[in-house]
Amino acid sequence: MRISDLKISKISRYYMVLLILGLMVFSISFAQETNIVAPANVRVFDTPNDGGKSLSVDWDLIPADTALNPNFIRYEIYRSGNPSGPFSNVGFILKGSNQYQDQTVLNHKKYYYYVQAAFKDTTAQSAVIGPGISIPQWFNIARINVLLATIILSVLVVWYIERAKKGEKLFIRRIAGIDAIDDAVGRATEMGRPILFSFGLGVITDVVTIAALSILGKIAKKSAEYQTKLLVPNNDPIVMAAAQETVKQSYIEAGRPDMYNENNIPFLTSDQFGYAAGVDGIMLRERPGAVFWQGYFYAESLIMAETGHSIGAIQIAGTTAVTQLPFFIAACDYTLIGEEMYAASCYLNPDPQMLGSLKGEDASKAIIVGIFTIIVIIATAGFLLVKPMPIINKIFETLVSWFTAK
Amino acid sequence: MRLQIPLIVVLVTGLLLIVTFFIPHEPFGSLEQRFLIWYSIVAGFTMLLGLDSLTRYHLVRIRDKIKGWGFSIVLLLGLFITLGLGFYSWAKYQSPFTLGSPFMFLYTYVIIPLQATMFALLAFFIASAAYRAFRARTTEATLLLVAAVLIMLGRVPLGGWLWHRMVDFADLIPGTHLAGLKNLEIFARINDWIMDIPQTAAKRGIFIGATLGGIVMSIRIILGIERSYISGS
Repeated sequence: MRISDLKISKISRYYMVLLILGLMVFSISFAQETNIVAPANVRVFDTPNDGGKSLSVDWDLIPADTALNPNFIRYEIYRSGNPSGPFSNVGFILKGSNQYQDQTVLNHKKYYYYVQAAFKDTTAQSAVIGPGISIPQWFNIARINVLLATIILSVLVVWYIERAKKGEKLFIRRIAGIDAIDDAVGRATEMGRPILFSFGLGVITDVVTIAALSILGKIAKKSAEYQTKLLVPNNDPIVMAAAQETVKQSYIEAGRPDMYNENNIPFLTSDQFGYAAGVDGIMLRERPGAVFWQGYFYAESLIMAETGHSIGAIQIAGTTAVTQLPFFIAACDYTLIGEEMYAASCYLNPDPQMLGSLKGEDASKAIIVGIFTIIVIIATAGFLLVKPMPIINKIFETLVSWFTAK
Repeated sequence: MRLQIPLIVVLVTGLLLIVTFFIPHEPFGSLEQRFLIWYSIVAGFTMLLGLDSLTRYHLVRIRDKIKGWGFSIVLLLGLFITLGLGFYSWAKYQSPFTLGSPFMFLYTYVIIPLQATMFALLAFFIASAAYRAFRARTTEATLLLVAAVLIMLGRVPLGGWLWHRMVDFADLIPGTHLAGLKNLEIFARINDWIMDIPQTAAKRGIFIGATLGGIVMSIRIILGIERSYISGS
């Protein structure tokens, strides 16, 4: 017998449907009511690897903490210096999160906490836990990987410097961009045009700007020897001051201090595109025969390099900005790619200490490549042998988490 | 002494900052932040140095009637009008950055459009640089050209359209059932592969090399081996 066979009037059917719907709504709200539970497994502990004045509180998410449940709102954190209270609210965390950092505590003092789940109409309070005591740490254990890498790198650099000092001959491959500096300066001189040098938007705290300063020193010396005007428009006043000093020193070393003119190394503007417009204007008016783009560049790189190309200047670029390298490679005659910028000062000043440090860097790179290769082999083996040998995958995950910087 | 004192300052500062990276305990923990504040203060004052340099540079150009000296007048007028409006807005609105102040009017309707104009030029420069770079003169340039064409096809609607037409064409061959191939979106897949595998590998290689180079350069600076930033070294 089917339900349709029963002789039930239309109105009765209507009431039955309403009854079923009512039962469903009741059961859902009943289920939600039963989910009104306090956060469990609440823990308070000293925030690890910090300078103190911080305690962390965590707990298990309550069953009502779901995106679809509008009844549950947030977790509120209460604190007291005494387990029996009075407690005061120190903050809250929206639903979905189960950790709170209280950064308003004093070191070496005991604190007690409870976490309250706040619903629309009611609250549920966890048990009081504690005491938690904040203690400042003397060493960040999470950064032990960085410390080890720093020690290995420093030892390698010092070891190679010592070897170079003892007279061992260390080979450095030729860098075409650096070799071309003399040709570029000579070309500008022959054409009777000035030389233009730009640091881009780099500031003095960028290591690449300091590397560019040593290249500027070499170019300035050559330009003084050839009596060619050198223009260095700047985006940052501190870099301008450093550039002025570097050029002045190079002119003195070349025996031509009279050639130094501070107005050839001006500050233009700190605005990115204002600087690009200013440098483009100088290039179009002065028409330099050689242009050097050395430092840190952003979107203005191609605007300037293409203008340099349009006036027929020989261009040598160098930057560590990976996103701008393709533009320089397309628009310039030579480009120093990434680390070549840093190697340039050793190449220009090949004393044992400089060469040794460069060799130390190369050795570190070889170690890193070795580590990468081993990890790639472990990862591949872990993927292929995930069922028979799950330990390999575990080793891979442990290695990755150890090497990941925190 | 003129050389030794800066080198000692650099050594002590460099070592202190390395130590603060590993020791969160006070006074080391907040030292990096403190040094950054000091740098900001010094950098703020050096703006005056920049202003002085800019003004003198253009005054000399005007005085000596150097080619394009008229632009220098425009620049100095722009500089001092902006400065004047900044002070005026500060006095009248308590901040030059208050919306509706003359300074913000200048910023919104002059500086922002000028910046946008310069940035917009990049599109034309990219086109001219790409034309030169993609000329298939050597094997490398040809590879670059092929990769660039594939990437472009994978990123523009034309690539998808072209793939669908190619599949339609193959469907004309009797016995073939290539409807599923349309969803393959081969150009988009090639684009993803080039960007995710060779491109990322090359980028990371350069990045690792540059980072190591930067660290070793920092060691050279801290130990006083690299002195190019000190005049008279």
